[in-house]
Amino acid sequence: MIEMKDVWKTYPNGVMAVNGISVYIKKGEFVYVVGPSGAGKSTFVKMMYREERPTRGEISINGSNLAEMKEKKVPYLRRNMGIVFQDFKLLPSMTVFENVAFAMEVIEASKANIRKRVMNVLDIVRLKNKARFMPHELSGGEQQRVSIARAIVNSPAVLIADEPTGNLDIETSWEIMHILEEINERGTTVVMATHNREIVNNMRKRVIAIEGGRISRDEIRGRYGYES
Amino acid sequence: MKARTGVRHMKEGGKNIVRNGWMTFASVSAVTVMLFVVGTFLLMILNINHFADSLESDVEVRVFIDRSAEASSQTALESSIHEISAVEEVEYIPREEGLETFIASLGDEGEYFETLREENPLNDVFVVQAAEPQQTELVAEEIEAMQHVEKTEYGQDIFEQLFAATDFVRIVGLVLILGLMFTAIFLIANTIKLTIIARKTEIQIMKLVGATNSFIRWPFFIEGLLLGVFGAAVPIIILSYGYTRFYEAIGEATGLEFFDFLPAGPLLVQTSLLLLAIGALVGVWGSIMSVRKFLRV
Ligand SMILES: Nc1ncnc2c1ncn2[C@@H]1O[C@H](COP(=O)(O)OP(=O)(O)OP(=O)(O)O)[C@@H](O)[C@H]1O
Ligand SMILES: [Mg+2]
Repeated sequence: MIEMKDVWKTYPNGVMAVNGISVYIKKGEFVYVVGPSGAGKSTFVKMMYREERPTRGEISINGSNLAEMKEKKVPYLRRNMGIVFQDFKLLPSMTVFENVAFAMEVIEASKANIRKRVMNVLDIVRLKNKARFMPHELSGGEQQRVSIARAIVNSPAVLIADEPTGNLDIETSWEIMHILEEINERGTTVVMATHNREIVNNMRKRVIAIEGGRISRDEIRGRYGYES
Repeated sequence: MKARTGVRHMKEGGKNIVRNGWMTFASVSAVTVMLFVVGTFLLMILNINHFADSLESDVEVRVFIDRSAEASSQTALESSIHEISAVEEVEYIPREEGLETFIASLGDEGEYFETLREENPLNDVFVVQAAEPQQTELVAEEIEAMQHVEKTEYGQDIFEQLFAATDFVRIVGLVLILGLMFTAIFLIANTIKLTIIARKTEIQIMKLVGATNSFIRWPFFIEGLLLGVFGAAVPIIILSYGYTRFYEAIGEATGLEFFDFLPAGPLLVQTSLLLLAIGALVGVWGSIMSVRKFLRV
C-alpha cells in the first residue's frame, strides 16, 4: 500500500530532515508516527502526498511510483488520500460547510450528494451547528475538526493526519481518535503523526518512532516511549 | 467538466470580483483608461483613414474658362483636355448652374445673393478628374498652359500636405494603438497578479485537497474576463455618446466638405465590439499569466 525504499530528504536550505527511511505500511493498518519535535515526522508524511519530493529513494502508494508521477496526476493521487494538516489549512474565505464541500466539488460530486455527505461528516465531528461559521470564528480544536471532516468526506483509501489532536483537550482528542478508529475499521489506512503519549499508550497500534530523520523503532502495538 | 462545475467556476469568479473590492476597482480602472485612449485613437484613425480615402478618390481640378471664350473655343478646349492621357473625366458646369449651386448652398442667406443672377460674376467651369490622385498636379499644370483658360484650382496646399500626412498618421496611429494595448495587458496582468499573490495560500490549499490546475484556473479566467468586460463598458458608453454628439454637431456645421466624418451607427458598433474583445482578451490573458506561477505545489 505505502512503501518507502531508502528515502532521503534534504531541504534547499541544507537541513537533512529524513535520512534513509525504508518502511512498508499495509492496506488497512493504523500507524502512529512519533518522535521529538523536528525529528522529521511532518516531512515523512508530506512525501506521501507529494507536498515534498524526496531527494533520493523510492515512494509508492497503491503501486504507483511518486517519483515518476507526472505533475498532472498528483491531484488524482491526493483525491485518494484524506489529509489532516498540522496547521489545518482551511480556506479562510469559505464557511465550514464550503470548506468541507470543496473537497467534493473538486471531484465534481452532485449538489445533493455534497449536501448530504457534508452534513453527515460535520455531524461525525460534531460541528453541524457551526456549518455556516467562518474558520476565524472557530476555536483551534473546532478548526482541527473541520480539517478532519474535509479529510474523510470522500471516504479516502488512506488518511494522513499530522497532529490531529495537537490543539485539542484530552476529551475532544479521544472523540477524534474514535472517529479515526472507526474510519480505520471501515478499511481506510491511517497514518498519524503525534506527540500525544496518552493516546498512543492507551489506543495501542503500530508505532514508528523517528529520531533525527531515521526510524529508531517500529513496533506492532507499541508504546510512546519518550519523555516529553 | 460537468455543467455544475462550470456554474461553480462562474459563481467563484463573480465572488472574487466582489471580494477583492479595491483590486477589482484598480483593474477595471486600468482597463477603462487604456481602452478609452485606444478607443479615442481608433475613432480618430478610422476617420483620418476615411478622409484620406475620400480625398484620394475625388481629387479634381476646376478649370475656369475665359469669360470671353466662345462656345466653339470651349468645345475645342474640352477636347484638348480629353487628349491628356491622365484625364479620366471632364464635366462641364455652365456658370448659371454654378451660381444656382452656390446660392442653394447658402440656404436662407442665399437670398442676399439673388441679385447676382442679373449679372453673373462666375465663369463657366470644367471639372476634370485625373485617373490617379497623384497626377492631379500635372494635369492642372498642363491645362493651365492651354488657351482660353483663366486659371485652374485644385486646393494645392491642402492636398500636398495631406498626401504626405496620411501615411504618416496611419503608421503612427497603429504603433500608438499597439503600444497602448501592450500597456493595458501589462497593467491588468500586474493587478491580477497582486490579487493572486494575496490568494497564494488559498491556491496551495486547493491543490493539496486534490484540485487540478484547470479547476483552479477557471474562476480566475472568468474573473479576468469580467474585469476586462467591465473595463470596456465605461469607455464604450462615453465614446459612443461623445461621438454621436460630435457627429451631430459637425453635421450642422457647414463648409467642411472635405472632412466627411464616418456616420456614428456602424462605426460605433464596430468600435464597441472591438473594445469589448480587447478588454476580454486583456483580462483573460492577464489572469492566465498571473495564475500559472502559483500552480506548482
Ligand atoms: N520547508 C522547509 N524548509 C526547510 N527546512 C524545513 C522545512 N520543513 C521542515 N524543515 C526542517 O526539517 C526538520 C524536520 O521538520 P519536520 O517538520 O519534519 O519535523 P516534525 O518531526 O514534524 O516536528 P514537529 O513535531 O515539531 O511537527 C526540522 O529541522 C525543520 O526545521
Ligand atoms: Mg510536524
